[in-house]
Amino acid sequence: MAEFLEFWNAYLWPVLWIIIKIVLIVVPVLLGVAYLTYAERKVIGAMHLRKGPNVVGPFGLLQPIADGLKLFLKETIIPTRANRGVFILAPCLTFILALIGWAVIPFGEGVVLADINVGVLYLFAISSLGVYGILMAGWAGNSKYSFLGGLRSAAQMVSYEVSMGFVIITVLLCVGSLNLTDIVMAQKSVWFVIPLLPMAVIFFISTLAETNRHPFDLPEAEAELVTGFNVEYSAMPFALFFLGEYANMILMASLTTILFLGGWLPPMDIIPFTWVPGPVWFALKIAAVLFVFLWVRATFPRYRYDQLMRLGWKVFLPVSLAAVVVVSGVLMAFGLAPGSAG
Amino acid sequence: MIQGLAFYLFACITIASAVMVISARNPVHSVLFLILAFFNSAGLFVLMGAEFLAMILVVVYVGAVAVLFLFVVMMLDINFVELRQGFLQYMPIGALVGLILLVELIAVLGGHHLAAETGVHAAAPVPEQMTNTQALGELIYTHYLYLFQAAGVVLLVAMIGAIVLTHRKRPGVRKQRISDQVRRGPEDSIEVRKIEPGRGI
Repeated sequence: MAEFLEFWNAYLWPVLWIIIKIVLIVVPVLLGVAYLTYAERKVIGAMHLRKGPNVVGPFGLLQPIADGLKLFLKETIIPTRANRGVFILAPCLTFILALIGWAVIPFGEGVVLADINVGVLYLFAISSLGVYGILMAGWAGNSKYSFLGGLRSAAQMVSYEVSMGFVIITVLLCVGSLNLTDIVMAQKSVWFVIPLLPMAVIFFISTLAETNRHPFDLPEAEAELVTGFNVEYSAMPFALFFLGEYANMILMASLTTILFLGGWLPPMDIIPFTWVPGPVWFALKIAAVLFVFLWVRATFPRYRYDQLMRLGWKVFLPVSLAAVVVVSGVLMAFGLAPGSAG
Repeated sequence: MIQGLAFYLFACITIASAVMVISARNPVHSVLFLILAFFNSAGLFVLMGAEFLAMILVVVYVGAVAVLFLFVVMMLDINFVELRQGFLQYMPIGALVGLILLVELIAVLGGHHLAAETGVHAAAPVPEQMTNTQALGELIYTHYLYLFQAAGVVLLVAMIGAIVLTHRKRPGVRKQRISDQVRRGPEDSIEVRKIEPGRGI
């Protein structure tokens, strides 16, 4: 018995505790994903002067569950000429990558699963892996439309990652650390969206491209490519792509919140704001960023492919590269750089 | 114990996927196994406490280089059975290159045992209370700044060279010129005419 207790304390309980924490993060994320699809349809409906889903449950609140159940019960069709292994692996990969990013996100002060030193780089690495799910899906389906979608997506995500990297560097210059908690704490006096406003705009637009959202949803441009990379998918694999895309949106919105909107910090450090707990502020800010995602979708037409590439390489890349020079120059000239004397 | 387990897991997958890279029949599968090998070596870096290198490995190699690689391989139409025909013919050269690489690796890693005085050149351990991101930055951007810049210039020259060699001017391509579009006003394209009824223009 004593031996078992020792074993329990040394190995089983820590592992179990980590699993409990993972469940505590993943379940709200998946619920958020489900209701993000609902919110998307409602918000865009309101912008189009329509009602949106309003039949299943009160105010249509059970609609995402009905949709999920429908996809779950349908038959999974795998095309005969498809490359089976890669075909099935692709949606799983997309979904897993969208979830493992959440491991480093701080929801409040000290409320984080893994408080690693290189949190920003980890998130950046995970988001850059997202392209594989799409590329593999496009290739494995053995269809020219899905292949074209996959190729477009690969080019697009690689292009916008570069400017995203530079924007992240400007933020890191102001913080002096790659740890996400440190980044939020550095915004105690002023959120970075104010001194770095142009960078915040570039970052937000780049996240739109990175998550393949409107107006950059060329990988699944339904008018030209049927639905692009996922044209051969049905039922659960399709649902995994869908969930992965929306989970990625929430992840990117939370990254924007952490980098520019002060994470879990209240807007002002005075009494009525500080009563609200940090995770609530965090969720509210994510919701605000996601609303802009949906707003953009309802407002703008899709970019043409060459326009997309020009925006990424000829506009965002030089501007963000110049911003790195300017920000570091200003920080050094006025002695504001973290770690420098004075 | 858990660290040891993780090490063997990552190491085994790295080696197994490296073997699969050269033995897989389908070139796309080869690239995917290569990516798996990169990813697991990043895991090994993390276990050694080099988390910055691990993340850079994933961002640069897995996230960018391998994507372009996969991009190209997917577009190729190569019959790999045909390519394997000359396997025996080329094997001696391949084996020789492999052998030379092996000897060099042994010389680098086992150098301290062969000649003890080279030990002074071994990498210094990361000082305490310093994250390895900071330690790397100190090394590259403070102590070896000029060498680092020189390496950057060499890469830049190589990149420009590649662009110059492959760039060709194609006649008859219609490009979008944003400045022209912005400069164009209504008076350039629209003419308002008053038309008398029944007369035409």
